[in-house]
Amino acid sequence: MTENNVMNEISIEPVIRIAGVTKSFGSNQVLKGIDLDVGKGQVIAIIGPSGSGKTTLLRCINFLEEYDGGSIRIDGVEVGYKGGAGERRRRRSDRELATLRVDAAMVFQQFNLFPHLTAAQNVMLGLVKSRGKTKSDARHIAEKWLTRVGLADKFDALPSQLSGGQQQRVGIARAVAMEPKVLLLDEITSALDPELVGEVLAVVKELAVEGRTMILVTHEMAFAKEVADRVVFTDQGHIVIDAPPASVFDEQPNERLRAFLSRFDVVGP
Amino acid sequence: MTLYLQTLPFLLDGLLITLLVSVGVVLLSILVGIPAGCALVFGPLWARVPIRLYADFVRGVPILVLLYFVYYGLPAIKVNLPSLTAAIVALTAFKTAQIIEIARGAFQSIPIGQTEAAKSIGLGLFDRFVYVLAPQAVRRFLPPFINSVVDTVKGSSLVSLLGIVDLMLSLQQVIGRTHVALPLYAMGALMYFAINFPLSALSRRLERRFV
Amino acid sequence: MANYHFNFAIVWRYAAKLFDGLLLSIELAALTIAIGMAIGLVLALIELDGPRWAKPFIRGYVEFVRNVPLLLLVYLVFYGIPTAIDLEYDATTSFVATLAIYSGAYLVEILRAGLAAVPGGLIEAGKAIGLTPTGVLVHVRLPMALRIALPSLSNTYVSLFKDTSIASAIAVPELAYGMRWIETQTFRTVEVYLMATPIYLVTSYAILLLLRQVERRYAIARQGK
Repeated sequence: MTENNVMNEISIEPVIRIAGVTKSFGSNQVLKGIDLDVGKGQVIAIIGPSGSGKTTLLRCINFLEEYDGGSIRIDGVEVGYKGGAGERRRRRSDRELATLRVDAAMVFQQFNLFPHLTAAQNVMLGLVKSRGKTKSDARHIAEKWLTRVGLADKFDALPSQLSGGQQQRVGIARAVAMEPKVLLLDEITSALDPELVGEVLAVVKELAVEGRTMILVTHEMAFAKEVADRVVFTDQGHIVIDAPPASVFDEQPNERLRAFLSRFDVVGP
Repeated sequence: MTLYLQTLPFLLDGLLITLLVSVGVVLLSILVGIPAGCALVFGPLWARVPIRLYADFVRGVPILVLLYFVYYGLPAIKVNLPSLTAAIVALTAFKTAQIIEIARGAFQSIPIGQTEAAKSIGLGLFDRFVYVLAPQAVRRFLPPFINSVVDTVKGSSLVSLLGIVDLMLSLQQVIGRTHVALPLYAMGALMYFAINFPLSALSRRLERRFV
Repeated sequence: MANYHFNFAIVWRYAAKLFDGLLLSIELAALTIAIGMAIGLVLALIELDGPRWAKPFIRGYVEFVRNVPLLLLVYLVFYGIPTAIDLEYDATTSFVATLAIYSGAYLVEILRAGLAAVPGGLIEAGKAIGLTPTGVLVHVRLPMALRIALPSLSNTYVSLFKDTSIASAIAVPELAYGMRWIETQTFRTVEVYLMATPIYLVTSYAILLLLRQVERRYAIARQGK
């Protein structure tokens, strides 16, 4: 977490620059012009009602969803298209996308671990194939990360032998081991039993303290308040609020935000 | 009892042909069907459309009709194949369409999250296919595939209608000579059963293990 | 490809054989499905709710039928049984009986899976409103099971329609037999095939579309709940 959390004081190019992004599914426009900048080391929590576009936005950043208009740049490089935003642009090839995606590694709500590979192999696959590490290097890195997320005794366990919380921690290890420029966390605790949520959030908090750039879509309001540098509230395809957690949760400056938050037990300061 | 023992050599000759046809059809249909099935799922449009049309066409026609056409129709347009070959070609054409469907189903039943996770760690299409999708597809492919092998063995009995002396026809020839119908039919049924039942059981076991 | 003079006119003269054959094929399929469903339903219910000793027999029936070629079963019933028992029947009756028994083995599996997939909560709801077990069966379990099993049933029905072609082996004058008959009369194999194949394709597809329509109607009725 950085002390400097006011965007216009940062003079270097933000790690992620999202400008004017629009996206429709058929006739339903889900993103109606999103502008968002994320600086290095910042943790952004995106909250909002379902259907507001928050998950779609996240998935556009690593181009799992194609965005229709606008631009998303990671370290200055446009994610999905060559030639920048505007009419004349070409979709990147599968190969180029693959290279770019490792920079925006994602942890999924449904974990999506590869069931036929052990925990260590899950983490190693990307290291070997995308980062070009040797197998033994990859193994060391995998073991290091699995130990860091508290699974030192589970290197050779299959996903089916792990609890939900353990699987998700493997998912986090798999993403972080790639040393991405930004970590995307898509409601990573929503599919977990309540008693398993804590162990996963503990890992995320550690990563935040270390200074990793992260964007998390979450319903865990208390956690967002604790860990995030900025909280972004989306509603009906727009970013309504983009402010530090104190401002968002304590002052609740917006009508729709209040209505949304009233459904959660968000404690005051 | 001696009657049955006397007929056994004839029946075993027929069984050999049945097995030959079955194995030949299975191998050929895998050779063509699996690449075609993969092309149907991952390939470009100009490959997917003809394969789709072929599979739908062939599966809309009874296997017997296909068999008749290849066997009687090809010579009419001056393509002369030996009987056994023609029969195998016809059955293979049918089975390949099935294999294509099974392969397609195997890939499409993999949750899309797997592809997304693989993309998100930067794997390109080839690596995704080899390291993530194909291993999972194989597990989903095997049970229905083994069922289709059983179907192939059963379908091979139709070549008897073309005069090829497989187990079915040799059975009928023996019955024709000895006039003992029911017991011999029962014996023939048992022989087919002996081949197919272990395969069916295997398929069920694999299904339980993998799914 | 060498010169082949297409001569559809000759074949067209005998076209009635194909269309009469088609009609018979459809009749055979319909009869088979009706009887097969009855067999399948009864056995599925016995297997799920009935006495434990019955299960091995049902299993034995299913395994036997599904691992033996249909052609052999057809011969066994048509040629084999009359030699052992003093029973006489014509080819069509014999074939329908055989195919019905054959289809029953497949339908048992599908219907059993469908019935087993009916959510327990619905059955309890049925009991809670005072339905007897038979009432629950008729008003809750069967409608749900059939809806769930409809895709598998559709595929099986179309397969059974195609399997009626095996009847040609015992000279039942359905479509495949008609095809062979014209071919032996006229030696015009390719033309006959070019006429018969679309008939099978169109009919199979039509049956499939019809069943998809049924599927859709049921689904719409359920969405309101």
